[in-house]
Amino acid sequence: MQSIVSSYHLCLAHPPPPVLCQRLLCHRIPSIRLPSRRSTTSLGLFTCAAVSRESEMAAAAAAKEDGQDPRIPKIASSIRVIPDFPKPGIMFQDITTLLLDTEAFKDTIDIFVERYKCKGISVVAGVEARGFIFGPPIALAIGAKFVPMRKPKKLPGKVISEEYSLEYGTDKIEMHVGAVEPGERAIIIDDLIATGGTLAAAIRLLERVGVKIVECACVIELPELKGREKLGEAPLFILVTSDAA
Amino acid sequence: KEKERETMFAAENGLKGDPRLEAISAAIRVVPNFPKKGIMFQDITTLLLDHKAFKHTIDIFVDRYKDMQISVVAGVEARGFMFGPSIALAIGAKFVPLRKPGKLPGKVISESYELEYGHDRLEMHVDAVKPLERVIIIDDLVATGGTLSAAISLMESQGAEVVECACVIGLPEVKGQHKLKGKPLYVLVEPSGLDEFC
Repeated sequence: MQSIVSSYHLCLAHPPPPVLCQRLLCHRIPSIRLPSRRSTTSLGLFTCAAVSRESEMAAAAAAKEDGQDPRIPKIASSIRVIPDFPKPGIMFQDITTLLLDTEAFKDTIDIFVERYKCKGISVVAGVEARGFIFGPPIALAIGAKFVPMRKPKKLPGKVISEEYSLEYGTDKIEMHVGAVEPGERAIIIDDLIATGGTLAAAIRLLERVGVKIVECACVIELPELKGREKLGEAPLFILVTSDAA
Repeated sequence: KEKERETMFAAENGLKGDPRLEAISAAIRVVPNFPKKGIMFQDITTLLLDHKAFKHTIDIFVDRYKDMQISVVAGVEARGFMFGPSIALAIGAKFVPLRKPGKLPGKVISESYELEYGHDRLEMHVDAVKPLERVIIIDDLVATGGTLSAAISLMESQGAEVVECACVIGLPEVKGQHKLKGKPLYVLVEPSGLDEFC
């Protein structure tokens, strides 16, 4: 112990600390240093003006088809339903087949991007693990950062966590301290909303640090499970609805 | 004897002096002693918070693979999911998630791999890849290559061809020769070091 203490003082006496000293000096977790907000806004006003014209045209085209986006039926049919997974009685909505259909996957991301581009959204939060598949492509396309919301003990840095109820017991989701700043505008992405427990926990986590939830967005909703009711003020945007069982 | 190949680091393979590599490296946070003492954990979540650097990461992989007739991008759970789909979308390939046991709902094939203590398994849906498909496998970081080797086995069991494995970060173990069942390994950056005063 003695030799470690004296080496520590030696290191402090000679800044910058040589490489050997780093292990002794750095016990604490480095805080997150975010790039300046201005430098991360890569969509200029000109681009946003052009995009809103594009979105208006897309919306007009969709309105002709009974108000539904013509890309939705193909997306819906690309999702495979697996009965009795993870347990008897549950009809599991398997999005891995959507990911195998390059057109359907592209359309899914395009619909979300068209909706959220140029709305001043700087955060796309995605819930582990299937939220990690849809969130980052949306974040990249709209110029936002991607924030993973993870199960306990996965994130290496300092975290804040929020508990939520399961059928039996509770679980937690976590986010890195410093990943988001107060006043930021966020969307939360997951593949599916069932009971809404996870999304509600994600909303609480972000709101605790002063972030405004513009919308929750999922590919699939199971409306019978009434997840929407758990989301409070936050709107919910869905591409496909399905029966729970 | 398994064929060994040189790991290809981007800076020595076409991207020498590319400022994007430095931006990517600078955006990665090092968290000491996670998950246990002595490990300097390479935290890519800070890369995802830096839109420019994250875009550079995807752009470099897309530029490399877009003309190689790749039809499948496979990503290892969970951090491979953060990089793989964007690459897949940009190059017109399918995205195939490789998952921990029990997560995939359909019929799966699985492959076990060694951990420091014990072992784990990686699973893939049986119908995800077809014979002769050209595949790249993505993860955030490669250390021993155990997980990637298991992923390669899964692909080859289905008759698909692994063209390359690609990671953002490569630990010193993979510098020089690597053993990934003879497959090429492409890596963007070496591990980031600690800041001067953390």
